[in-house]
Amino acid sequence: MTDTTDRSDTAELESKLAEATSAPVKFYQVGSFAVGNRLVDPSRRTVQSDLERTNSLDSGHRACQGCGEALGARYALDAAMRATDGKLIAVNATGCLEVFSTPYPETSWRVPWLHSLFGNAPSVATGVAAALRVKGRSDVRVVSQAGDGGTVDIGFGSLSGMFERNDDVLFICYDNEAYMNTGVQRSGATPPAARTATTEAVGQRPGAPFGQGKNLPLLAMAHEIPYVATATVADLHDLEAKVERAMTFRGARYLHLFVPCPLGWGAASSDTIRLARLAKESGLFPVFEAEHGVVTAASKIRRQVPVEDYLRPQGRYRHLFDRENPDGPPALPEVVAQLQAIADRNIARFGLLEDVPAEVR
Amino acid sequence: MERPFAITLDVGTSRANKTGSWRVERPVYIDRLPPCNDACPAGQNIQEWLYRAEDGSYESAWRQLVEDNPMPAVLGRICYHPCETACNRAHVDEAVGIHGLERFLGDLAIEQGWEFDTPAPATSKHVLVVGSGPAGLSCAYHLRRLGHTVTIREAAEHAGGMMRYGIPAYRLPRAVLQAEIDRIVALGITLETSSPVEDVAAILDAREFDAVFLAVGADVGRDATIPAGDSARVLDAVRMLHGMEGEEPPFLGRHVVVYGGGNTAFDAARTAKRLGATDAVVVYRRTRDRMPAHESELEDALEEGVQMQWLSTISRIDEGRLMIERMELDETGFPRPTGEFEELGADTVVLALGQQPDLSLLRGVASVVIENGAVQVGTDMMTGFPGVFAGGDLVNVGAGGRSDDEPTATVALGQGKRAARAIHAWLGGASAARTDRHELAGVDRLNTWYYADAPHTVQPRLDLARRQSTFAEVVGGLEVDAALFEARRCMSCGNCFECDNCFGVCPDNAVRKLGTGLRYEFDYDYCKGCGICVQECPCGAIEMVPEES
Repeated sequence: MTDTTDRSDTAELESKLAEATSAPVKFYQVGSFAVGNRLVDPSRRTVQSDLERTNSLDSGHRACQGCGEALGARYALDAAMRATDGKLIAVNATGCLEVFSTPYPETSWRVPWLHSLFGNAPSVATGVAAALRVKGRSDVRVVSQAGDGGTVDIGFGSLSGMFERNDDVLFICYDNEAYMNTGVQRSGATPPAARTATTEAVGQRPGAPFGQGKNLPLLAMAHEIPYVATATVADLHDLEAKVERAMTFRGARYLHLFVPCPLGWGAASSDTIRLARLAKESGLFPVFEAEHGVVTAASKIRRQVPVEDYLRPQGRYRHLFDRENPDGPPALPEVVAQLQAIADRNIARFGLLEDVPAEVR
Repeated sequence: MERPFAITLDVGTSRANKTGSWRVERPVYIDRLPPCNDACPAGQNIQEWLYRAEDGSYESAWRQLVEDNPMPAVLGRICYHPCETACNRAHVDEAVGIHGLERFLGDLAIEQGWEFDTPAPATSKHVLVVGSGPAGLSCAYHLRRLGHTVTIREAAEHAGGMMRYGIPAYRLPRAVLQAEIDRIVALGITLETSSPVEDVAAILDAREFDAVFLAVGADVGRDATIPAGDSARVLDAVRMLHGMEGEEPPFLGRHVVVYGGGNTAFDAARTAKRLGATDAVVVYRRTRDRMPAHESELEDALEEGVQMQWLSTISRIDEGRLMIERMELDETGFPRPTGEFEELGADTVVLALGQQPDLSLLRGVASVVIENGAVQVGTDMMTGFPGVFAGGDLVNVGAGGRSDDEPTATVALGQGKRAARAIHAWLGGASAARTDRHELAGVDRLNTWYYADAPHTVQPRLDLARRQSTFAEVVGGLEVDAALFEARRCMSCGNCFECDNCFGVCPDNAVRKLGTGLRYEFDYDYCKGCGICVQECPCGAIEMVPEES
């Protein structure tokens, strides 16, 4: 072999090496599931992996250990801050999020933030949006946020009005499935069979009743507003993409964010994200998007689990299992089967499994 | 201060509220021992070099690799990769193809002409290494890097030991072996080939060397007393494979029977096929699950048309044929004769019944203890004679061998390194402080949700027709992009790889991100001790510990 071929071989290898290292990165190592990845171009990383993220809800707040709502609020508002270039006003209903973040005169909020009453957050946000319109500030966007009680029960009338008028507000519901701030009372978002302070685990049908409650994402879709989405704190990439997508629309938008509550659910504080993941992977909480009343996409289940896997770690479902033998077969198998049927219906309805076509849209 | 109407207090930040006081347990960052590193007989830091390879820093990865193993192109081909058996990724999809990457880096280094770092300043010590197999070369390399003068004496014409005279060329091309030997010798090692050491006692008496490392291997084939006719052709596998390196390959004939169930038996059978045997039959007295050879060796051989005769012993050999007796296993798994015989055609019988070292060189060195055919050494690889160390097959084979060490090239290479460090300490150098091994990062420590599904990249293999007729290498190397893919399949078990999960999932913003390569730290002023970061860390590099009161 001559010197020339040696050199060209080396050059070829070097260019191949350069090509391989500059090619679009596939995240084989952590997929698109982890918060960040050193191998990814910074522009493609999540907001949460950014040292310069807003930290909309700062340290020192008084939320319980492992609070899903505190985490979800920072995820959502940090993403909204990036999407709006930091021009954002947040309106908050009464609830845990308000109470633990702003015991006057301290506040954890690093965004302009207003609180008025429990039931009127959508109306206040409508007013803020109207004021901005009058002032000609189309660059400043409005977010209104509440827990599930403030959304599906107490604030529902004003929220429906906001949807009907198609006011330019993104409304975020942090759904932890009961009134946690006042001591875990049932809300219209409490799932069947769950124990709360007002649906005790006693009697023939312990826990919250079957056949009651409201599905707010579907109700929002029925208003035919531009954008409706559901998300969980277990899939950050999906959540951030949805906030960003919501900010590309004008008019009323609704984001329903699933945020486990260790205190109210009787779960370990370290299980917050795990439970959100199990809710999605079991099919109990369908993660989807809809535009103008039509479902446009659903997040597929990646590692399907039976609902039991989701129920067992939670104290609010403990009565479904044997106290003496918590890992053994359910004490109330028919109730577990009913919950599984709800998950199965979601899977069929939203097409949550790769091979199952959506039956109902 | 002037305040607006009805406002009585200044606004303050919640940072005044140090929620860290709520905590009863605190998270701490830790490193756990990845199972690949734990399993590697050569003590490689596999995870570290994979980490470097993941962003294409191949030279940096190779430099980390050769800290422990100076022959990655060779070992990437012939090692039985216990690292992959231990790999946690097998629980997710398939183990990371570590050996393919090791070979890729080794081949790349040869192609690019990368050289080892310059050795430490010269010491006044001179060490003799006897034998240039994996143990000898490894020991010489590590001693030379520490600054010692090293002379290797090798009995054969070429260096390499069993890597050259035992492992067939279709598994290890000689050009690759030679390139890695040359690079070791180029560190300034004196290599004397065709220089058998026959009398260690005389060398010790002459006090020419400050220490001696014996690594002569085990190149004497074990014999069996089988009645044989005068004209029966019986060879021993070690000599036959050795003969492949000479001018003329050994004559085997068309029907070849190999007797034994170890890796060498399959090397012999596959070589016979390539030399033109129409059939090559391996006769073994027990069953497949009790065979000492690695399963992959058997599979490769079967693919190439090697036939198996399980539960059989050879009772008599005559010209052109032999008599075998069927065996059955008793309750303890030991084979016992059944009295049923059958005949098998055979031009040549190759005996692959195990190997033992030729220990005649140790005559007169009474304090070196030999038990059941193996030289006895301590954990520092030193024999009973102060300053005389030993490693490789010499100490591993036979009933007296180190029971936990298989006689493989990788084990020998690891022992060479261990011996070099012990020799260095014995010669008065600073002994490397032995750090405690970290707790093992088992798969139960990981949160595998975060790893995307990415099946193992398969190395290309030579087509069967060419495998049966030539000595061309059977298994091909990885292409550049496939290597990158494979490196990125590493899950970094037990060691932070900066995925930002802890930084992201903390509801209290109590994790500080310190920048690339610097990892993270906890802000204990605000950490409430919820443990989400521990639960969601993909690689198990955080643990909760009780808060001190």
